[in-house]
Amino acid sequence: MDFELTSEHREIQTLAREFAASEIAPFASEWDRDRRFPAEVFSKLADLGLMGVCVPEEFDGAGCDFLSYVLVLEELSRADAGVGVTLAVHTSACTLPLLMFGTTAQIAQYVPPLARGEALGAFALTEAGAGSDAGAIVSHGTESATGWHLAGTKQWITNGSFADTFIVFARTETGVEGPRGISAFILDASQVAVTREEHKLGLNSSSTVDLVFDTDVLADRLLGERGRGFGVAMATLDGGRIGIGAQAVGIAQAALDAACAYAKERRAFGKAIGEFQAIQQKLATMATEIEAARLLVYRAAMLKEHGKPHTVAGAQAKLFASEVARRQTSEAIQVLGGYGYTKEAPVERYFRDAKVTEIYEGTSEIQRLVIARSLLGELGRPS
Amino acid sequence: MRIAVCVKSVPDAGSARTIESGTKRLDRSADAVLNPYDANAIEEALRLNETSGEGEVVLVSLGPEKALDALRKGLAMGADRVVLVSDEAAIGSDLVATSYALAKALEREDADLVLFGQQGSDSDGAVLWAAVADRLRRPLISQVAELTVSDSTITGKRQTENGYDTIQAPLPAVVAVTDAINEPRYPSLKGIMGAKKKPQDVVSLSDIGADATRAGEAGSRTTVMTLSPPPPRGDSKKIEDDGSAAAAIVAFLEEKKLL
Repeated sequence: MDFELTSEHREIQTLAREFAASEIAPFASEWDRDRRFPAEVFSKLADLGLMGVCVPEEFDGAGCDFLSYVLVLEELSRADAGVGVTLAVHTSACTLPLLMFGTTAQIAQYVPPLARGEALGAFALTEAGAGSDAGAIVSHGTESATGWHLAGTKQWITNGSFADTFIVFARTETGVEGPRGISAFILDASQVAVTREEHKLGLNSSSTVDLVFDTDVLADRLLGERGRGFGVAMATLDGGRIGIGAQAVGIAQAALDAACAYAKERRAFGKAIGEFQAIQQKLATMATEIEAARLLVYRAAMLKEHGKPHTVAGAQAKLFASEVARRQTSEAIQVLGGYGYTKEAPVERYFRDAKVTEIYEGTSEIQRLVIARSLLGELGRPS
Repeated sequence: MRIAVCVKSVPDAGSARTIESGTKRLDRSADAVLNPYDANAIEEALRLNETSGEGEVVLVSLGPEKALDALRKGLAMGADRVVLVSDEAAIGSDLVATSYALAKALEREDADLVLFGQQGSDSDGAVLWAAVADRLRRPLISQVAELTVSDSTITGKRQTENGYDTIQAPLPAVVAVTDAINEPRYPSLKGIMGAKKKPQDVVSLSDIGADATRAGEAGSRTTVMTLSPPPPRGDSKKIEDDGSAAAAIVAFLEEKKLL
């Protein structure tokens, strides 16, 4: 057992850290305040190969492993979690499922532009009546002479206003209820319309939209087998959760960094507040929980990289890391006191950004369900 | 153009630096990185060859074998290969002994241009380039903030207190650049992944025809006698903020005729 990153992993981590420190972190507060999607950052990330970290070189990716991608997500999220989620959805919810389920022709057409960062990806599963209960979607696809007619509405679609390629889920099988009647499709930006940009608590540098579509697509836009779309969605989320775990670790680390820096500088009762045990206790707990979360995330990433089952490990990593992020960003505000509650300091942003990691890509309740079912088997399933 | 860039692996500025009391040498067990000033020299070398569309950039260094990990960043940025002189006999080299070993390695490379960063971020000597140029018997331009090459001449602009000195020299030459000359590029992921496959030659002193007695401690001409922390600043003035600090600072600056 070896907990050391390889020298290559460290170099990739350093690259992402240095890039984030000079190209993202100084502007993150401004993007948050102005609710601005920093498109220019993604073209710079593309130049460095960071929009296709774990995509094979033959499809214009950087050819690194999944852990490298997780390290990049962690470092970018440490500077701006909105940038982190944009990259996470682009990569693990669009590019990777295309690679996993696409035909040779689909991969050749869609993956290289995504991996080069010339196109941005999105994933459209959630609907007003179908969140955790993803099998309840009502968007539908009907077979036509040349392919499919797809119609429906989606909500909370990350990257929606800026994406070029969408993976969209619709019910295609009549008479089949729930998850089994769903298929996945590949749509272009021209085939969907954005009807609303969401106003969110955090992640304000990322785009989250409502979509409508009512369009004819050729048969070659079906991703994976007909009626097996739910499997595509679940496999996507299995990997995506690890990315969200990395995002949560990055946010929590940023909060710890800010709390430590403040504890060394701020003086009260004639001492730096870091000299008080009350503050030391907080920082020690923060650091320990963050490190535990990080190891769970890295372990899940390595299991996925080695082709081993990672559903439960990913759920555990995401569950734990997101709760650590929510709890410890709050602690960081406590360390900074009144200053932490203002927009002068970045920790209130970390706190707002962290909350969603307990919700998207499967809520904490769903993660616990996944974990419980692995313990209890059929007993854990609803009868 | 064939450009050699002299580079160094240094302790990460973020880690605590300690000096071993016995040897009076810097403890190098901390995480090592490419000397940040060297990134400017590598960037300049890459740009010169990108402009002409041809040439080679070779990194030359003296240090322990594990220095390769840090130097690989230069390969990831785009340099073609690295030559690392690594030898037990070279441990403890001062600037004079280091310049000897580097000059011997550079003689083998026969580069049109030898580039240096302005200084090592660990020892901050900022004289190694002069010693190497002297050993190679080549012209030297230091503190260069802008560099152009035409045919067999280089022109360096050196920033001074009063403006710029523009200095020309025939090639081959040695140039030390400042950190104002350019903004070093980030290595790309492809660069990082490809760096491992680029030639990384670790050579001994005898491999480069160097006399071991002229390197390391034996070849050093300086000795560290004692070490002490810098003295506290005597003439500093501390202004405690009792509500009138701003006025006190303005008064101080006016007194010094800075406002």
